[in-house]
Amino acid sequence: MDIEQLKPEDFKSDQMVRWCAGCGDHAILSSVLKALPQLGYKHEDVVFVSGIGCSSRFPYYVNTYGFHGIHGRAMAVASGVKTSNPNLCVFVITGDGDGLAIGGNHFIHLVRRDIDVNLILFNNRIYGLTKGQYSPTSKQGSVTKTSPFGTIEQPFKPGGITIGANGTFFARTIDSMPKISTEILLEAAKHKGTSITEVLQNCVIYNDMTFGDITDRDNRDDRIIMLKHGEPMIYGKNQDKGLMMKDNQIHVVKLGENGISDKDLLVHDAHTEFAGIHLLLANMDYPNFPVALGVIRACESAKSYDVKMTDQIEAVHGKSKIHSMHDLMHSGSTWEVK
Amino acid sequence: MSKQAKVIEIEEVAIRFSGDSGDGMQLTGTLFSDTSALYGNDVSTFPDYPAEIRAPQGTVGGVSGFQVHFGHTQINTPGDYCDVLVAMNPAALKANFRWVKPDGIIIYDVDQFDAKNIEKAGYKSDPFEEEDVTGIQLISAPISNLTKESLKDIGLDQKSILRCKNMFALGIVSWLYDRPLEHAVKFFNTKFAKKPILVEANTKVLYDGYYYAETIEAFTSNFKVKPADIEKGVYRSINGNQAVAWGMMAAAEKADLQLFCGSYPITPATGILEELAARKDLRVKTFQAEDEIAGICTSIGASFAGSLAVTTTSGPGLALKGEAIGLAVMTELPLVIVDVQRGGPSTGLPTKTEQSDLMQALYGRNGESPVVVIASSTPSNCFDYAYMACKIAVEHMTPVILLTDGFLANGTEPWKIPDLNDFPEIKVPRVERDTKNWQPYARDPETLTRTWAIPGTPGMEHRLGSLEKMNITGTVSYVPENHELMSHIRDQKIQKVAKDIPPLEIVGDEDADLLIIGWGGTYGHLVTALTEVRREGHKVALAQFNYIFPLPSNTSEVLGRFKKLLVCEINLGQFANYLRMQHPEYPYRKFNKIMGLPFTVKDLTEAIVKNLED
Ligand SMILES: Cc1ncc(C[n+]2csc(CCOP(=O)(O)OP(=O)(O)O)c2C)c(N)n1
Ligand code: SF4
Ligand SMILES: [Mg+2]
Repeated sequence: MDIEQLKPEDFKSDQMVRWCAGCGDHAILSSVLKALPQLGYKHEDVVFVSGIGCSSRFPYYVNTYGFHGIHGRAMAVASGVKTSNPNLCVFVITGDGDGLAIGGNHFIHLVRRDIDVNLILFNNRIYGLTKGQYSPTSKQGSVTKTSPFGTIEQPFKPGGITIGANGTFFARTIDSMPKISTEILLEAAKHKGTSITEVLQNCVIYNDMTFGDITDRDNRDDRIIMLKHGEPMIYGKNQDKGLMMKDNQIHVVKLGENGISDKDLLVHDAHTEFAGIHLLLANMDYPNFPVALGVIRACESAKSYDVKMTDQIEAVHGKSKIHSMHDLMHSGSTWEVK
Repeated sequence: MSKQAKVIEIEEVAIRFSGDSGDGMQLTGTLFSDTSALYGNDVSTFPDYPAEIRAPQGTVGGVSGFQVHFGHTQINTPGDYCDVLVAMNPAALKANFRWVKPDGIIIYDVDQFDAKNIEKAGYKSDPFEEEDVTGIQLISAPISNLTKESLKDIGLDQKSILRCKNMFALGIVSWLYDRPLEHAVKFFNTKFAKKPILVEANTKVLYDGYYYAETIEAFTSNFKVKPADIEKGVYRSINGNQAVAWGMMAAAEKADLQLFCGSYPITPATGILEELAARKDLRVKTFQAEDEIAGICTSIGASFAGSLAVTTTSGPGLALKGEAIGLAVMTELPLVIVDVQRGGPSTGLPTKTEQSDLMQALYGRNGESPVVVIASSTPSNCFDYAYMACKIAVEHMTPVILLTDGFLANGTEPWKIPDLNDFPEIKVPRVERDTKNWQPYARDPETLTRTWAIPGTPGMEHRLGSLEKMNITGTVSYVPENHELMSHIRDQKIQKVAKDIPPLEIVGDEDADLLIIGWGGTYGHLVTALTEVRREGHKVALAQFNYIFPLPSNTSEVLGRFKKLLVCEINLGQFANYLRMQHPEYPYRKFNKIMGLPFTVKDLTEAIVKNLED
């Protein structure tokens, strides 16, 4: 089949989707299915790798190559797939437990190496598959099955971790905004290097409405900001709020008040290597700030790990006199017994 | 020769070079053993270095040793006890005195035997009074001072001058065993090509040591060890880690697959990763992961993507890899896991050898999780078994654990460079492009092997995973009957590998009463002990196992031929217990040592004779 003619349905597998009705994962699946035909890859060149969790069932529902691994190790498995064959387009599907608790170490090292894979982090702030224990992203005080009196732990911020690990791409979206999710996923896939896309995902069963503050239709536009590269940071139902930089801090301002116009606002530069502003933006949280969605950071790395590895191999191969095991075994110090 | 020393011909000699970690004993030993190999002797060496990188100078903890055993006859071990101990300081004497033969020679650097060093070594008075040196020839040589004297006009600082003293010792021993010096000099010329002054210094000290030995009256004779009767061919020296790496590379070349190694450094396995990392010219891909789990998981990913994937580690790392090995069992992907065993449990004895990971390799995973387990038995046959591990992994679509140990990993011996044409083909069960109705878990009826569809192949898109698989289709299944069926299939699939492995052979007397049983890295010591016991007129045989799971098909038949079975291993009896389980029809006796050291031939011969008698 011609790549151009592929449709989302062409990427659907014949497996019955088993997530709970109303689970945010359904919407993420459809956003991904919409993005896939636009990537320019053939079915056989796409690989989905996941760990364990509700979200990690994902690869079964896409009819590309897929690998459902063990808990926390999707990042490592995917690193092996991509390094082994850099021609493949590799996605990692992971949850907040899978990717940031048991797999937290692999997560930061994937980002640090900047291997060209696209990681989608399904953040529902809970362990879904094991039926409702708190996760590393659960808000402090969350009452869950393993924190009946509320958690006393500080949560991780995935954006902070990514940027702290020298990540080159971080984006955020919400399950209930599938169109935007598809756009962001396309950006993520285009990025050369590790892309991290955090999807705020609702678990209707064990953590319903954890993102209610920012997803509630009546108020959400006042509580989120869509960042677009090159555009001033304006948001709000009436497009009357903005973000300004003062004293090295981000401030929420009202347009028109105190003579503030859109010229005074921050203009989003997703491409700058300077991580400070991206970190501030990624860590903004309601109610003090709007939650940032969109591509927060996308600075082009010189070369991703997989490409550097291939280049190094070819360079050494070109210079060496050893091109076979025979050459190697007879190189260096040998002697003949006659 | 200025002095008429007698030349005495001998069959074999073991020499132990020992000194402080900074004294260059590993290099000294290596130069001596390479010279002997070039000269035509059979050689076996073993380095013994401390776990601490920079233990305090002059202490027993900081002693580094290197034993070279060479001979006119076949040499299978580095030798238990040495004929010559070179002790560069009192700590070296303290650490190694127990290994000197009762009629051996100790050559020591008397300049280092001052009160301070003697105390640091833990001696209270004169070391040669504290140790029982009766019968031992002591050669007190002012090695440090003569080195200083030798290089006083060369224009090097004191520290650099003293660094050459190991070559003085090498010179002495070279004269004593009539070794040519050319190889060492050639080595200096390559190694210090950019620093001619060091070439000159090392060469001068080496010759001065040689002439010193020739001149002093201390040695009444020197010794000649004639070349061994060795098979014709081109040889090189190889250690077990290098042999493992090369065996895997050879398999990749033969199978025409890309070799991928995801690994995490750990003593004594690191050498394999280092060797592979150096071979970009052969397009080997190495991935130094953040831990052992990532090491194996990247390899599983690479295997899914179509590489010949391996991961290398030692006992603690194997423990971390357990869950992921199960993933490879479930997904039925080829994978080789190399475990270079060391003393355990926990961090245990990182630089010492042991055979105590056998049960971990066989059973250290959740669920019914059968994998092929094989073990190499000499430094150089690590090449062959690494090759076979890859062949079995690929052809049977299964993880294979290859067990070596610290002794094999670091031990070197001459290796006749093989012709890869003599190695068996490796048939890759790859799914071809136009296969119709391919099913991920459909199997070859003979071997029960499934086929390998590699991402990038159109029409074969499929999902693999850690959840139980439906027979044939490979989709997720929780059906009770299917789980039972799949459990049996996974077990049977490994049992069927037995068809591809050679029958168990014995060495020694077919009609003996006693069969010595060993596995893996103890072969050299067991066969040497066997030879000695037979030389004394006893009848005895040896069976050394390389294939552990599955066992060779004729195992029961072989064991049944002998009245007494004595299982010798460096642990508390894991293989004996395994045989009891697999072949409960026979009674097993055990001989075990667990000191972090290889067997000594002496202990073995005593144990064998004792078991012959009762
Ligand atoms: C080694 C291991 N430890 C624990 C588990 C149990 N377990 C499975 S999924 C999971 C957490 C899943 O949470 P998350 O990654 O957030 O995924 P979600 O289900 O929320 O999508 C846990 C603890 C396991 N399968 N394996
Ligand atoms: S438990 Fe929660 S995360 Fe899991 S499928 Fe149901 S709704 Fe989704
Ligand atoms: Mg979760």
